Amino acid sequence: MTLDAKIPNGFLAEKWTQHQFNLKLINPANKRKYDIIVVGTGLAGASAAATLAELGYNVKVFCFQDSARRAHSVAAQGGINAAKNYQNDGDSIFRLFYDTIKGGDFRAREADVYRLAEISNNIIDQAVAQGVPFAREYGGLLDNHSFGGAQVSRTFYAKGQTGQQLLIGTYSALSRQIANGKVKMFPRTEMLEVVTIDGKARGIVTRNLVTGAIESHNAHAVLLGTGGYGNIYFLSTNCMGANVTAAWQAHKKGAFFANPSFTQIHPTCIPVHDRHQSKLTLMSESLRNDGRVWVPKNREDKRHPNDIPENERDYFLERKYPSFGNLVPRDVASRSVKQVCDQGYGVGQTGLAVYLDFGKAIKRRGMDAIKHSYGNLFQIYEKITNENAYEMPMKIYPAVHYTMGGLWVDYNLMTTVPGLYALGEANFSDHGGNRLGASGLMQALADGYFILPRTIADYLATLPYDKISTEHSAFKEAEDNAKNRINQLLALKGNKTVDEFHKELGLIMWNHCGMSRSEASLKTAKEKIKVLEEEFWENLSMVGSNEELNQTLEKALRVADFLEMSQLMVTDASHRKESCGSHFREESQTEEGEAKRDDENFTYVAAWEYQGKNKSEVLHKEALTFENVKLTQRSYK
Amino acid sequence: MKIHLKIWRQKNSETPGKMVDYTLDEISPEISFLEMLDILNEDLLKKGEEPVAFDHDCREGICGMCSLYINGRSHGTEQGITACQLHLRSFKEDDTIYVEPWRAQPFPVIKDLIVDRSAFDRIIQAGGYISVNTGSAPDANAIPISREVAKEAFEAADCIGCGACVAACKNASAMLFVAAKVSHLALLPQGQVEKQSRVEKMVAQMDKEGFGACTNTGACSYECPKNISLSHIARLNREYLTAKLASKHLS
Ligand SMILES: Cc1cc2nc3c(=O)[nH]c(=O)nc-3n(C[C@H](O)[C@H](O)[C@H](O)COP(=O)(O)OP(=O)(O)OC[C@H]3O[C@@H](n4cnc5c(N)ncnc54)[C@H](O)[C@@H]3O)c2cc1C
Ligand code: SF4
Ligand code: FES
Repeated sequence: MTLDAKIPNGFLAEKWTQHQFNLKLINPANKRKYDIIVVGTGLAGASAAATLAELGYNVKVFCFQDSARRAHSVAAQGGINAAKNYQNDGDSIFRLFYDTIKGGDFRAREADVYRLAEISNNIIDQAVAQGVPFAREYGGLLDNHSFGGAQVSRTFYAKGQTGQQLLIGTYSALSRQIANGKVKMFPRTEMLEVVTIDGKARGIVTRNLVTGAIESHNAHAVLLGTGGYGNIYFLSTNCMGANVTAAWQAHKKGAFFANPSFTQIHPTCIPVHDRHQSKLTLMSESLRNDGRVWVPKNREDKRHPNDIPENERDYFLERKYPSFGNLVPRDVASRSVKQVCDQGYGVGQTGLAVYLDFGKAIKRRGMDAIKHSYGNLFQIYEKITNENAYEMPMKIYPAVHYTMGGLWVDYNLMTTVPGLYALGEANFSDHGGNRLGASGLMQALADGYFILPRTIADYLATLPYDKISTEHSAFKEAEDNAKNRINQLLALKGNKTVDEFHKELGLIMWNHCGMSRSEASLKTAKEKIKVLEEEFWENLSMVGSNEELNQTLEKALRVADFLEMSQLMVTDASHRKESCGSHFREESQTEEGEAKRDDENFTYVAAWEYQGKNKSEVLHKEALTFENVKLTQRSYK
Repeated sequence: MKIHLKIWRQKNSETPGKMVDYTLDEISPEISFLEMLDILNEDLLKKGEEPVAFDHDCREGICGMCSLYINGRSHGTEQGITACQLHLRSFKEDDTIYVEPWRAQPFPVIKDLIVDRSAFDRIIQAGGYISVNTGSAPDANAIPISREVAKEAFEAADCIGCGACVAACKNASAMLFVAAKVSHLALLPQGQVEKQSRVEKMVAQMDKEGFGACTNTGACSYECPKNISLSHIARLNREYLTAKLASKHLS
């Protein structure tokens, strides 16, 4: 099969407008004849579901939390980008497009990214109309701050709780449609299988997390807004429940997985401090507006940071990247932090931390201004570390944060399975090898509010109205698959817990397929995961039954999929012999230790096709062409 | 450090529950409260026993999923935080800690420490939104909003829907939760059009779900992890009275 991204012809700035005109429409009276399944209630899923229901479609929505309002988008802190140019600092749609393409190290599609930048402005309008209380200036107009990888201020924010406030917006739009009877909501329900009939997605199989009931749901199309899979590393900034199950099961039914190894490691997180730690906490990138990153110039300097004089501090980001300074993109910042720590300059008990210092900013802007901008972040920091960042610098270290990889989708957000769509972090579309800060929220909402609701009609219009009954053998087969998986797991009475397996997998991935990767480390990863997976299916200790709320079973199902998925990540990482963005192959670096791309051989999206358990996946390449930007070695110096 | 736990165990909504004793030796005071429960659960699993079921997801105080009643207080004795933000350093060697689910009739227990809070979702569905379809919004800067109003609206919108206020209230009143939403939207110019019907519908749904009356004891605000202020309840009452008067006037 050849991959067709369905990118419209024409000038970059006109593609989306022209494409919308060319797409088929469905008249309002006929929309109610179509049923659509949306899995996920994050910004992507909830915005799509609400908008589709407003348009008249019948929508069923699923999430594993007890309420749609708790999807992990809620935890996004720093902000959301838009090319409004309210600050009159030279921003434009083209600049946002360019920054995003460059930030992604030229491994994303021009057309998709341009459309994202174009739509960014509508998102802010929509959110404000819903009552999202973004920060404002004294005159009452919207305020902005700067994020990494940009030299303009285009990030809209609501304290350090932008994701929460945006999600309350989508949740309220969704709630309104539930009240209207256009959306049926299924919380505490986990999708375990995609059902395909004649090659098209026609429904899903779910497990009710309270009763254990395995149920089939049919529809004309299925949307996955199921988030990222960073939790494969066990320790990450993701929520505890984040998983790859929905995307992975879709992959097994024919959806190609694109750039699975592209994982963002965020530079500013609270360092690991205990072996029982269950998750890592982000300290928003917005802090780098005012916080300065440094380590002591002398490796042996064990003084309290406040006692180390200015001239004995190495502000290494400002030194190495004078034009972007502390606001270099995440991949660049993370690698620099790792480098100085690897060289022995790290601080704190473990030596795996650097300082993020607000001393100067507090002097310059005043304590109140700093509290106003970051109060809740400083509070989170204090709760976890018992240290007051107003009085002494924060200690930070990189942590797994986001997955740029995801299900391959075309320009219409359709996967390689007709009728199956992927939105938000679950798809691979816009961020290439590295996502810029404040662009994840933008993409999730662009997909859900403005792109998918328009493109899906083009597909639905080709389908008959009749639904396929859940009595169809394909549903029964999928139910049996799910039940078999569950029974197989529940039969295991070994002596290692699912968390122990998950932690081991996480460590393998972090050490061998994390911030830096090499032929040798990836080979080790592959061997170790294989052994771990075999042990999992023999020595897992399970309790309880399916017919009840069983959190051990929920975790086991997710970890089983992580164990499979991690192997594809390693395969992808080892096939891409260049470095690009967050994917750093030790064999491919510049003299200064920066990521070195190999455009001649790797200017493509790697899309993997599943072949069956324990069979090598087949690689498909979607060549990337750049007509509007020039491929350059990224420089933030 | 050594900690004694008394934890509510209940197989499901039909089976009666009871407090069960556990002891953890040698745990690090640096870990979080939920990580302590993780350790307990690992021990239980190793013994072939069922782990303690509890709700949690973000573990950083923002999703509102965790819902533990610790030593007789919603989210524990520290103010302004959720249970997932609580750390063992707040406890002493040999302490006995009681851990229970939210206790309120409209929040039935599903299992162990997990309760059903869907009543909150239904209250929002009754009217906790501004009716604006996708694509119909004017430019975001078309309506300036003063910094003070934006700040106050934000402070109300800060509610994470955890239900601690209900669990803290002797009447199981949901007034603070409802007031936070009513206030958030009533403060903003965008929320004016539906202001009256919103408050009426949300209060009606709140009553229908069986939440108790508000007798102004203030426990809700005191226990709220986001410090939602009682002044929002005052605003809710004002909004509700105005709405009632207006609808009487109309009918
Ligand atoms: C701590 C943190 C801070 C961040 N800060 C920012 C920021 O400041 N700016 C920015 O732009 N981006 C930020 N990001 C990234 C951004 O928040 C996410 O990429 C984005 O919110 C993802 O939205 P989503 O809708 O794709 O998925 P999510 O919000 O993760 O939602 C996933 C949904 O899928 C459901 N789900 C998953 N699997 C299943 C299944 N098998 N069955 C049923 N339901 C399922 C879940 O219940 C949930 O409802 C941050 C991310 C993190 C982790
Ligand atoms: S008002 Fe406070 S306690 Fe009540 S649900 Fe909201 S955040 Fe929780
Ligand atoms: S787990 Fe999210 S608020 Fe506690």
